[in-house]
Amino acid sequence: MSLTKQIISGDRRALAQALTLIENDDHSSQHILTDVYRHTGCAHLIGITGIPGVGKSTLINSLAKLMRKSGDKLGLLAIDPSSQFSQGAILGDRIRMKDLLGDEGIFIRSMASRGVLGGLSSTTAAAVDLLDAAGFDRVIVETVGVGQSEVDIASNAQTSIVVLCPGLGDSIQAAKSGILEIADIIVINKSDYPEVNLTKSYLREMIDIGSAAQTSGSETQNIIDDINEKLDTDSSIWEVPIITTVATTGEGIGDLFEQLLAHYEHIKSTGEIIRRRHSRLRAIFESQLRKQLYTKLSQMLSEDYCLRQLEVIMERETDPYTAATNCIKHFETNYIGDED
Amino acid sequence: MSDNPIRILIAKPGLDGHDRGAKIIARALRDAGLEVIYTGLRQSPMMIVEAAMQEDVKAIGVSILSGAHQVLVPRIINLLHEKGLGHVPLLVGGIIPENDVDELFQLGVAGVFGPGTSTSDIVSLVQDVVSSNKNKINYSA
Ligand SMILES: Nc1nc2c(ncn2[C@@H]2O[C@H](COP(=O)(O)OP(=O)(O)O)[C@@H](O)[C@H]2O)c(=O)[nH]1
Ligand SMILES: [Mg+2]
Repeated sequence: MSLTKQIISGDRRALAQALTLIENDDHSSQHILTDVYRHTGCAHLIGITGIPGVGKSTLINSLAKLMRKSGDKLGLLAIDPSSQFSQGAILGDRIRMKDLLGDEGIFIRSMASRGVLGGLSSTTAAAVDLLDAAGFDRVIVETVGVGQSEVDIASNAQTSIVVLCPGLGDSIQAAKSGILEIADIIVINKSDYPEVNLTKSYLREMIDIGSAAQTSGSETQNIIDDINEKLDTDSSIWEVPIITTVATTGEGIGDLFEQLLAHYEHIKSTGEIIRRRHSRLRAIFESQLRKQLYTKLSQMLSEDYCLRQLEVIMERETDPYTAATNCIKHFETNYIGDED
Repeated sequence: MSDNPIRILIAKPGLDGHDRGAKIIARALRDAGLEVIYTGLRQSPMMIVEAAMQEDVKAIGVSILSGAHQVLVPRIINLLHEKGLGHVPLLVGGIIPENDVDELFQLGVAGVFGPGTSTSDIVSLVQDVVSSNKNKINYSA
């Protein structure tokens, strides 16, 4: 039986091995992804983002226990950064997910970011597709919210959860970085700590201003009024809920699950889910184009040719920008021109 | 594809609540470029083997201080075989009496290191064990 068939039929070990091949960008991975593609599109894809230590893994532990009560099968992907120095990593998310072990309805995979340019998002997307094809009802991806990665997760997820902790520092940082804009649900975890209410009202304000700014350019207050009015009448607008939780005790997790279900229903009923599917597939398609084009280009342009370009740049006879353009021209005239 | 990082599971089975040694080893392996899936304290053999399967690791390292190796190690090895993971090398660290080491090797343990072993020795042991095991891993799609 092929690896793909084994995955579809629920063979967990085959799934684990396929995930390795994908992660290593093995030559067989495209074949596997092509095979599983038509089995994808069924799972609810959930992204959970936040700074290290905010409680994402603990939250997933509590949330997953609850989800399992309603029979959902869960695929969990926990991504942590690789060390910049050694390329190694310590992946410790399982420490917090102890309650989920030994449950056949749950599959957990830890992944290091491996620091490849744009590689993480395509590997993540591929891993998500495998879990989707393997028949998990919900696929949850945990990522550290730094730099671009949260934006990548937005293009991967149908429901994005941003996790913050009490205290304005974290929230202001989140608002500034633009991470709030991708949130469908905001969680203030560790709400057993002080300053929860202050944090909540700050975030409420930032979210309202954020969604107002997206609507048009006129006076903010008017728009907030507008939106409030619309909210009363127009069910097509999703008001981002802010949920306070204590992941370690499970407090607030019921609310979170409820909102997750509500959001999923919302995007399905408004057709938003189709737009999200579209932008996800577009991101995957474009990153494949980039990757395959780059591979082709580096195969076609000999190493000698590239080294020569570098020498010329070093001699300051040309600049890196012109040299890159020249490379493309060289590629076009030598390999593409004669085809039409 | 040989430059992909080695993925290893480091776990601390048994009931004693002390994982400093395991953490030091995890860090040393990370610094040597390995990806360490660290599962923490009080892992049952079942949990360890299940995690090793899901994570598709190339090796498993367990740290045992409680003297329970005679019970825990055979259980882990049996479960590995049951799950079709008999080829995944198991390394045992901790306080293992000299007389028991041979017995562990006979059970199929790939390496044993005591409290005195330097982290660099542990790192090269892991790398050796994994690379000598490579051709046994069947990845045919
Ligand atoms: N007091 C308190 N501690 C929490 C809460 N949630 C998580 N923690 C602790 O925060 C630490 C980091 O949690 P973890 O889930 O690993 O965070 P992650 O890095 O975001 O995945 C752990 O020690 C957790 O026990 C909470 O709601 N309240
Ligand atoms: Mg975590």
